[in-house]
This record gives sequence, C-alpha cells and structure tokens, in this order.
Amino acid sequence: MSGELAKLLSDLKEPEALEFVEKALGEGVDPMQLLGDAKEGMNIVGERFASQDYFIPDLVFSGEILKGIVNMLKPHLKKGAEPERIGKIVIGTVAGDIHDIGKDLVVFMLDVNGFEALDLGIDVPVEKFVDAIKASGSTVVGLSGFLTLAFDSMKDTIDAIKDAGLRDQVKIMIGGGQINDEVKSYVGADAYGRDAVEAVKLAQGWIGG
Amino acid sequence: MQKKWEEMSPDEKQEAQFQKLLTPKDPEGNDLQFQSPEAEAAYKTSINRFKDAIQLKESDRVPVTVFPGWFPVLYSGMTPQEVMYDYDKCAAAFKKFVLDFKPDVQWGGVMPGPGKFFEILDYKLYAWPGHGVNPDSGYQCLEGEYMQPHEYDLLISDPSFFFRNFYLPRVFGALEGFTMLPPLTGILEMYGVALNFIPYGLPPVQNTFKALFEAGAEALKWVTVMGGVDGELATLGFPNILGGFTKAPFDTIGDTLRGTKGIIMDMYRRPDKLHQALQTITPLMIGMGLGAAQQTGNPVIFMPLHKGADGFMSDEQFKTFYWPTLRAVILALIEGGCIPFIAAEGGYNSRLEVIRDIPKGKTIWMFDQTDMVKAKEIVGDTLCLWGNMPSTMLKIGSPEEVKDYAKKLIDTAGKGGGFIMANGAFFDHAKPENVKAMVDFTKEYGVYK
Repeated sequence: MSGELAKLLSDLKEPEALEFVEKALGEGVDPMQLLGDAKEGMNIVGERFASQDYFIPDLVFSGEILKGIVNMLKPHLKKGAEPERIGKIVIGTVAGDIHDIGKDLVVFMLDVNGFEALDLGIDVPVEKFVDAIKASGSTVVGLSGFLTLAFDSMKDTIDAIKDAGLRDQVKIMIGGGQINDEVKSYVGADAYGRDAVEAVKLAQGWIGG
Repeated sequence: MQKKWEEMSPDEKQEAQFQKLLTPKDPEGNDLQFQSPEAEAAYKTSINRFKDAIQLKESDRVPVTVFPGWFPVLYSGMTPQEVMYDYDKCAAAFKKFVLDFKPDVQWGGVMPGPGKFFEILDYKLYAWPGHGVNPDSGYQCLEGEYMQPHEYDLLISDPSFFFRNFYLPRVFGALEGFTMLPPLTGILEMYGVALNFIPYGLPPVQNTFKALFEAGAEALKWVTVMGGVDGELATLGFPNILGGFTKAPFDTIGDTLRGTKGIIMDMYRRPDKLHQALQTITPLMIGMGLGAAQQTGNPVIFMPLHKGADGFMSDEQFKTFYWPTLRAVILALIEGGCIPFIAAEGGYNSRLEVIRDIPKGKTIWMFDQTDMVKAKEIVGDTLCLWGNMPSTMLKIGSPEEVKDYAKKLIDTAGKGGGFIMANGAFFDHAKPENVKAMVDFTKEYGVYK
C-alpha cells in the first residue's frame, strides 16, 4: 500500500488522495506513515517541477492537496510527533515591495523539505532581518523582491547584515521576477535561485538535508 | 468617395487609423498647431517609423522608445506619492522625461493615477503611497479572492450585474450601496417599474452615488492636466502611441477576480466553469479594446500579459487555458482595425511557436525575458518585436554594456525591420545615463542602409 498515496498526490489526484487517506485511517494505518508517504509525493512533485514537467499551477495545487491531507491526519497525530527540523531559514520580501506569491512558494517548499522557514512577510525593514538572524541563529537568509526598487533594498539589507557582524554567519539567497546573477553581484548575495525548487537546493547545499 | 467604417476591410481600417494619427487634432477639433516645422516632421516621421516596424518593413532606422514605470517621477526628483496627489507635478515629471530622453514616441503620464480619486472610492485592490506602501514606492496589487468559487455561474450569466453588485463593492469601499441595486434588466413595463427604483432613494445608495460624482470630478480634473501635457508633447513632436487598454481573459479572471491561487485551483477543481467564464469575458475584452480605439482615435491597444509566461504555466496549460481566448481577443481587435500591443511579461521562449498563429504584420509584442534572436527566427515574419533591454542592465549596468546589448539587438532582431528598441519590462529605478545610451545609440547605430 505504501507508495500509493505518494503516487496520487504527485499525480495531483485530489479527491482520490483524500479518499485514500480517509480509508487508510479507518483501517488503522499509522498516520505518521501516511504523512511520510505524502511527503514522498511532494518530493516527486519537486522533481517534476525541476525537470519542467510541472509548473507553478501544479506546485500550488499539490500544496493544497497536501494541506487537505495534513488536516485529516492532524487529529490522529500525537503531539510532539513533528519531525525535527533540519535548519532555520530567515526569509522575507524586502523593504518597499509587497509581492508575496513567489516568496510564499519558497516558504512552502522549504517547509515541505524539512526546513524551518521563518517568514518575516512583506515590505520587511532591514532591521527586522538583522534581528531575526540574531534571535534565531539562522545560517541561511532568503530575500525576495519583484520591483526594481528591491535591488537597492536587498543591497541595504545585506549591508546591514554586514554592519551587524553577521555576514560570515549566513549564506544569502535572492529571487524574484527581474532578479538574475548581475543583481546577485550588485547586492552582494551568495546565490540567486530562479524558483522555489532551486531555493530548496541552495538551502540543502548550505545546511544539508 | 470615402468608405464607411463598417464597409472597410481590417487593412483599410488600420490605414484609416494611421491617417488619423498622422493628422492630429487639438481639443477643439482643429488641426494641431505644431511648435515648429521640425516638430511636425519629427511627429510624422515617428508615426511612420512605427507603422513600418509594425508592418514588418524596414524604415529609415530602428524606432526607439522608453516605456517606464515610475522612472520619470524618480528621475525628476519626485516621489510616487507627490505625483499621485499633485497632477501638475506629475505632468511636469513626464514632460521632463520625454524632453530629456527624446524617445520617438511616448505614452503619456496617466500611469501614476489620481491619488485623491482612489481615496474617495476607498480602493482596496491596491496599496498606494501613504495607503499601505511608503511614499517612495509605487502602487502594488493586493491580490485576493474578490470572487468566490461558487460565484462563477453569476459571473457567467450576467457579468455586468456581477461586477456592479458583487465585485465593485468588494474592491471599492465607497461602492457598498451597489449591493442594494436590482438588475437593470428587470425594468420592463409600467406595472412594477417604480419598484426597481426604490433602492436609489435609500441613504447607502445615495452615498455611493455621491462618491461616484465626486470621484468622477476628480478623475476629470486629473485627465485634463494629463491630456494637456500630452497635447503639448505632441506639438513638440512626440506622439502618444497608446490608444487604449485591454487584457487577456485569463488574466482578467486571475488577476482581479479569483487571484493567482484561486484561478490555479479552478484549473483543477472546476475547469469547465473556468472555460465558460473565459468565453463570457472574451467579448467584453474585445469591446473594451475596440471602444477605446474609437474614443481616442488611436488603434494601438495595450495588453499586458501576466500569467501566461513560460515559467508560470506549462505549454499544455497555456494552450488549454490561456491562449485560445487571448488569440480570440487579438483576432477581433485586428479585425476592427486595431493594433494589439502585447506586453509578454516574463519569458515567452517556449510559447513562440504557439503565438505565431496570428495574422502577419498586425501586432506588437513587448518581450521581457524572451530570447530575441530566437524570437526573430520563429515569429519575426509575423509580429513586430519590441524590447528587450533588461531592467537589471538599465539599473546596474554601464552605458557601454547598454550599447553592446543594443547593438546585438539591432544586428539580430532589427535585421530587415519589424523591431522597436525599448526596455523589456516596466522599470522604476535606472541610471539616467543608461536610458540615454539606449536611445541615443539606437538613433545613431540603428539607421537602415
């Protein structure tokens, strides 16, 4: 039976996947195993996204199916059963910019892949990033931005991280509509990721997992 | 004898529209008085240069323009907030921008919009300076599900009723009174006719209409100032190239009604309803473009594309959900003598073979992150390419890098005509010397021999 839920989820069969979970729970299948299968399904989705068989609609919809599955499993999961997170990542849309679709996808994919994404939201002031790094001890920071004004906000944010003496402690990745490698050099980031799956790969490269 | 508009072929309609552009009028309907013979010559040469490029012919040189976002405002040392509330300042900023950079054509200063108008109506779809974003930022969309999934049938059966009674009151706080209005199509005969009008006597509805009158007056005040500077720039030799605006039906539903996430869910959970709604919206988008062109006497209809980019949906999804109704809008606009000016935001590299399927020499496509060499190869014999100086280069690069990039564009995309040099995406921040380098270099190097 193992693997079937992963297949249903990764093939984006929403009613079938939810039905499967309901039935399995009724038959006494360990909810942790079902959660594991669902995560396996999300890994397949991620792979298909990376190989350009899946695109943003598929990724977003898979997230909705997963949410439905997790909601069904939640009452059956023991408290504290959440697996340990592999690392903390501070992430947000930089000052002046309120675009969140891309950033939210990155947060979601980091979460699915076992990271603890500390989402600071949108239009995040420079100091808030610095404070969050200090408070959390994060070693990876993600800066998102869609507008040309975000280039300077990213630069200001990274400069502030430098001034706070934290630059050596963190790896910084950036992303967003007009972001490319030139912007990466301009703002002084460590890497640019073109989509949510690349962000996960960058985080895995830096933290492991 | 001149043919009547309805008797003309699409080609004749387009030609008549171009002739109208070449003989501009002042607000009183008299021939526009140019400030100098040189200005008149520049105006007409620019229009003809654009016409040649659109019709895929070589002109005297590659046309060049700059289609910025907030750049003219920031370049003039003002904030977005200032120009949204002081229309004279806005006009001054856009005038300075055009006179300093001298693009062949311009698109007026209506982009910032009237701040007070948005306040009067309590607009909720956007955050604007002082209302959700700081004074130095431009306005930004606040996406949401302004239409619920179960409301598809309502939209499909009577889109105008849905817009007035449901959508508009959700995005404009001051239009709450619209929720109380009965459908106009219920006004039929003597018996009961007065019942239809009772809501107009109620305070919430009357307050909504008061807000509408006030908002209308403000919009008029604003457009008078913007129209004034537009006319002045025309007399100086800089034609406004934009005649109106419409959208791809998928974006109309996805951007403003259901939101990005909402429409994605619909692609899986209720694809039939989505398809039906797209069909409903299509003639409305066509009418919007044709109507604008009639009103302004300018056939170029701007269509910014948002969710069709190749990083966003798959080719299969594009062909299923996005392209058919977009194509229908494009074809109908062409049929009506218009020139769809389509801004393909993001990348359209994997879509080129698909978008090829439209009449030749009738559209402009503004490309952002599309490979222009590939575009020239695949769609160069069909559509006029516009772009694609990267925003990042204008902001971060040097004038030399900009010139190198422009040279490559002219040598490849510009070969044999059918190309307009410009930025590829709307930008706010850039080095002025880079923008200048793009324009000046094109005027010098882009001459067809």
